[in-house]
Amino acid sequence: MTYIAKPKFQHPGIKKNALGYSHRDYEGKISTLCAGCGHDSITASIIEACFELSIEPHRVAKISGIGCSSKTPDYFLGNSHGFNTVHGRMPSVLTGANLANRELIYLGVSGDGDSASIGFGQFAHAIRRGVNMTYIVENNGVYGLTKGQFSATADRGSKSKKGVTNTDNPIDLVGIALQLGATYVARSFSGDKKQLVPIIEGAIRHKGAAFIDVISPCIAFNNHAGSTKSFDYVREHNDAVNRLDVLTGRDPIEIDQDPGTVQIVEQHDGSRLALRKLDADYDPHDRLGAMTFLQKHAAQGQIVTGLLYVDPEADDLHSHLNTVERPLNRLEAADLCPGQSVLDRINASLR
Amino acid sequence: MSQQAPLSSVNDFVVRFANVNGSGSASANELFARAVLRHGVPVSPRNIFPSNIQGLPTWYEVRVTEAGHLGARGGGTDLMVAMNPQTWDKDVAGIVPGGYLFYDSTKPMPSTKFRDDINVIGVPLTAITNSTYTDPRQRQLFKNIIYLGVLSALLDMDPKLIEQLIGEQYKGKEKLLSSNVHALHLGRDWALQNLKCPIGLRIRKADKVGDRIFIEGNNAAALGAVYGGATVCAWYPITPSSSVAEAFTNHCKKLRHDKETGQAKYAIVQAEDELASIGMVVGASWNGARAFTTTSGPGVSLMTEFIGLSYFAEIPAVIINVQRAGPSTGMPTRTQQCDLIACGYASHGDTKHVMLFPEDPAEAFEFAAAAFDLAERLQTTVFLMLDLDIGMNQRLCRPLKWDDSRQYDRGKVMTAEMLDEGRDFGRYLDVDGDGIPFRTLPGTHPTKGSYFTRGTSRDRYARYSEEGAVYADNVQRLLRKFQTAQDMVPRPLQANAVKPTKYGVIYFGSTAPAMDEATELLEARGHQLDRLRIRAFPFHSSVASFIAEHDFVYVVEQNRDAQLRQLIVTENGIDPVRLVPILHYDGTPITARYIADSIGTHQDQIKVTPLRKAVS
Repeated sequence: MTYIAKPKFQHPGIKKNALGYSHRDYEGKISTLCAGCGHDSITASIIEACFELSIEPHRVAKISGIGCSSKTPDYFLGNSHGFNTVHGRMPSVLTGANLANRELIYLGVSGDGDSASIGFGQFAHAIRRGVNMTYIVENNGVYGLTKGQFSATADRGSKSKKGVTNTDNPIDLVGIALQLGATYVARSFSGDKKQLVPIIEGAIRHKGAAFIDVISPCIAFNNHAGSTKSFDYVREHNDAVNRLDVLTGRDPIEIDQDPGTVQIVEQHDGSRLALRKLDADYDPHDRLGAMTFLQKHAAQGQIVTGLLYVDPEADDLHSHLNTVERPLNRLEAADLCPGQSVLDRINASLR
Repeated sequence: MSQQAPLSSVNDFVVRFANVNGSGSASANELFARAVLRHGVPVSPRNIFPSNIQGLPTWYEVRVTEAGHLGARGGGTDLMVAMNPQTWDKDVAGIVPGGYLFYDSTKPMPSTKFRDDINVIGVPLTAITNSTYTDPRQRQLFKNIIYLGVLSALLDMDPKLIEQLIGEQYKGKEKLLSSNVHALHLGRDWALQNLKCPIGLRIRKADKVGDRIFIEGNNAAALGAVYGGATVCAWYPITPSSSVAEAFTNHCKKLRHDKETGQAKYAIVQAEDELASIGMVVGASWNGARAFTTTSGPGVSLMTEFIGLSYFAEIPAVIINVQRAGPSTGMPTRTQQCDLIACGYASHGDTKHVMLFPEDPAEAFEFAAAAFDLAERLQTTVFLMLDLDIGMNQRLCRPLKWDDSRQYDRGKVMTAEMLDEGRDFGRYLDVDGDGIPFRTLPGTHPTKGSYFTRGTSRDRYARYSEEGAVYADNVQRLLRKFQTAQDMVPRPLQANAVKPTKYGVIYFGSTAPAMDEATELLEARGHQLDRLRIRAFPFHSSVASFIAEHDFVYVVEQNRDAQLRQLIVTENGIDPVRLVPILHYDGTPITARYIADSIGTHQDQIKVTPLRKAVS
């Protein structure tokens, strides 16, 4: 853990985005996680994605549960409101926050204990409802803060640091998210920032439930031989199906290599996803195909990564509920209270 | 025939309908209650129903009470409308001597099934129905209206008033209207021709209802949430609170859609469980919307972790708890006031929560609306403590009122303008001594006022800290805030006895009508009591002074463990000996007779002249 305060100094030549903000404006407090933690790389990717998209930091609400991963919202977007809620309950708090103000960007950060065990139900139901959010699980297969117990995403047969073999079947959150109707589903690896940053960008620009499972090795308790969530193991078994670029401007799309292998997906908000195929057979518009593909490859010990499914025509909970455009938290008595005349009518009907 | 003189009473008796759940009797029974009201005679009906959808016994008890006693009377039934063979024996046994039994005599009953101290009125309802209707569903529904027609003759009711009600109910549906009126007269005419009408029990026109309305507490609370500006409702179905969310949905559909776009100025989510429903409420409130959930005891148990977060991180939340008999699943369709401790101190660690105790639907409406102001002003959880007796029964109460000039109190919210003026923002900084800090809403300002909300300890500027002094400073401020709440919540209402007395009684919520009536009964027995109706927790200082002014104070409540008494003893440091518990907890609503008997017995014991005094 580091106790020193982060210096405010910025290099005068530091790169600025369209809003005139630098990377530094998207940073938060100094991380208190272990040196080399995969989660810190995800934090860096979130900062990069928000910088690249020129998002106003205060228009983001960062919401998390409990655990190592859930601490990270303190380490990015220091000018955003953050909410470190209760264990496994980030999805419900995020859903409520989203209902209150549809104009903010909702970033849910969770871990595998938080989302696959204690909060499995809330994870599932937030996805089902199509809450407009970016839901990131920083997945290390282990309970770090309580020192190394298996989580529900640990593979069967994988070994703990103490040498215990896991006999339970793993939960694949990506598979569940696909089945429950998430409209943007991806998996990535904390050690592959090039892949992860555009995936986060695409998710933020997506209108609907976007879910990203990021394999994020735990340097302290799950990075040993026999673990299937170690840096070495993930690198060896990473099977990336595509590479993503997110294009937000009006610039023409430049396709450098073989044009036949690039697919352009335009989302609701006008952002375009340029998907460079790495696996010629993989179609990110085919939900059922994606599920089958994942299961087949998982059986072979492969970790499939990339943008696995996207529905560019997705809608969200607010469209299902047909709520007004103006955020509910800005409605006042004049908008909400029917007044005494209506009450007189109601009284009369009750006699 | 009856050896007992037949009961004779005008506008003061109890009719009980014994039916089979799901047989469509509820609307006919309600029609009866409303018809009595239209005679200007107050009624107080109660549903007694099982946790079941179809087939099990259900009862509807109507207390006809010109004197306006709206609590349950107890002491048996004066007129039993026995339409359920399953419960025949119990129903017949429940009739007071000299009372009346009205039953379907289509099939002959053995004489052993009757009592000789009651008056039996047999009407071949099934035979009448079957000879008139062929459709099985019609037969069932119209049979209910036919027995209503019979009752109108037996009790000397004005059939025009019932027809008027049917007319209002089926306005625009002429066919249904005329067939219902026809069924009504079928029963009425049969009774007039074949029975001695009226019987000893009669409804006579009076003028005792006034402008009062007839509404269920859950419906009124839902309306209070609409008027109080709730925009987010997250809930999970549970008896007896589901009808709050359902009523809120219905009211919002009519009252909360934008006239031009048709879009909804509210969001209602049926959550996956109570943990999620309170989580959504906390999330929405954190983000500045007025949000509530509605539940009952088991749901509160599930919500306690979030309630602790709401208390400690200081996030508004409104929870409507329609109490039922616990613990565990308990008696899901029976009433109690049994969650005071569970709600008042919900969650681990040191916590205290605001509770409001409405006595009837009118207060349920007012307190529901007030709960949102209080939750935002105090930045904490506020419980609206209803119970099944108020929540799921129609109750006569004063008309609902709203002051159109009233604005919502959104509490201490620091705006972008205030931040730009250079105001010091410390999320947990007590700027004016009331223990309540300012909050900012997400998205307020690009560079100022953001903070990290957490359930862990932090300093006045929301920075994580496990320093003992910092923690203590924070939780002491929370206590200060709770003291501030004392003067914001609805105050207790005191009513003194006609003559000065050393004895007092404290009560709350749905006990009120029974307590009012019990006071009259006790006065008739020579017992004078000053009364204090508590309407909220934390207790106002007048509670302690009321107790100090009396030798003994009875605390009347509907639970086994004297939970209100415990709260008073704990919070006010009162000597428990001075508070005499009067407890009723069998799941039925408390009655005036029960209260009067319990207090009367205790008073009689106190008033025994001491031996020494007698000798001297």
